[in-house]
Amino acid sequence: MDIQITLNGKKITDNVDADMLLIDFVRKHGCLSVKRGCETANCGLCTVLMDDTPILSCSMLVARAAGHNITTLEGLQEEASEFVGFIADQGADQCGFCNPGFVMNTIALLRENPNPTDDEIRAFLAGNLCRCSGYEGQLRGIRAFLDSRKEN
Amino acid sequence: MVTIQKYVRAQSLEEAYQLNQAKTNKIIGGMLWLKMGSGNISTAIDLCDLGLNTIEENDKQFSIGASVTLRQLELHQGLNSYTNNAICNAVKDIVGVQFRNLATIGGSIWGRFGFSDVLTCFMAMDCYVELFNAGVIPISKFAYMKYDNDLIIRIIVKKTPGYFNYSSMRAQRTDFPIIACALSCINGKYTAVIGARPHRAMSVTDNENILSGEITEESADKFAKYVAENIKTGSNSRGSASYRKQLIEVLTKRGILSMISSMKEGEHK
Repeated sequence: MDIQITLNGKKITDNVDADMLLIDFVRKHGCLSVKRGCETANCGLCTVLMDDTPILSCSMLVARAAGHNITTLEGLQEEASEFVGFIADQGADQCGFCNPGFVMNTIALLRENPNPTDDEIRAFLAGNLCRCSGYEGQLRGIRAFLDSRKEN
Repeated sequence: MVTIQKYVRAQSLEEAYQLNQAKTNKIIGGMLWLKMGSGNISTAIDLCDLGLNTIEENDKQFSIGASVTLRQLELHQGLNSYTNNAICNAVKDIVGVQFRNLATIGGSIWGRFGFSDVLTCFMAMDCYVELFNAGVIPISKFAYMKYDNDLIIRIIVKKTPGYFNYSSMRAQRTDFPIIACALSCINGKYTAVIGARPHRAMSVTDNENILSGEITEESADKFAKYVAENIKTGSNSRGSASYRKQLIEVLTKRGILSMISSMKEGEHK
């Protein structure tokens, strides 16, 4: 079937199988930041924004995404660069495999709630699993970013 | 992973219903549970073009389209104000935000899963399921109907005056509940709905009027024991039947006392 999707601002027309998942589509079109992880819709590695809403691309048929705007980390480099340094400064990145999904969902959080409490951060990012860090480094990184934004 | 031969966005409820009559066709809902299975689907039926993704509210009821996501339920002010935040508490620990942006109320209710926080919570309300073929039926009846090829259009929650409370016990946030407890007081009658027992949710109403007078620690405790005695629990990898009985007592008592506190606050406002 033929579909059209706007991927990172660029209109793409493609012929896809009925059971192709969105994750496979975006990776086919060069967005390799989107990772396949748990296969059970639990880990958040495959997070993309559909019409600015964070979703799991491993659990959506690309056919359903047809006609929508899909954004991956490749399309949000500038927005992400504002705070990923703060994450790195806290040593929160270890293997880094979870990082793109984590960054995507953090962007979604800060767009929805620009000044979240620690509990709100934990709640919003509960669907992003990291098997290295224990999450405290990421939390400290986001807090440091938010504090620096207040100072500026 | 399932394989899908054909994908169709139904353009009417009639079309979706007719397509769904073939055994090998499936309505995909949020697709989160479906994709965990295996097998071949001839036609995947998507309801996303049918405008069922809104929550409509009037003086008498909420009408929740089958494609409304769990995240919409979590954030809906009217629903959460009416239910004393019970709906938000029921869905907030279901995996993560990204998951809840996909999972739909139609899929959750249709599945009638034993672990379902959503089914447990809505069963505590004056709630109805509108099906394309069978019409509007109480959710308590729907929960125990056999699976067929009907189609959920919407969930209707009547604004019958009441108080609600929801809590669950999980080994960790985002996991399935070990036990789930939804409580309601509608027209002065208290009901506890226990989910993840681990079977499909089951309700117990205070037919012995344990809570009819002023509610105290003792009467809340007695009602909690009554609920635990009248709910059949089972064992699985998350907990034993006897552990679940203990949890039912704790969550029911805690929930009743919390609900009474909310009622008193409401009276003072």
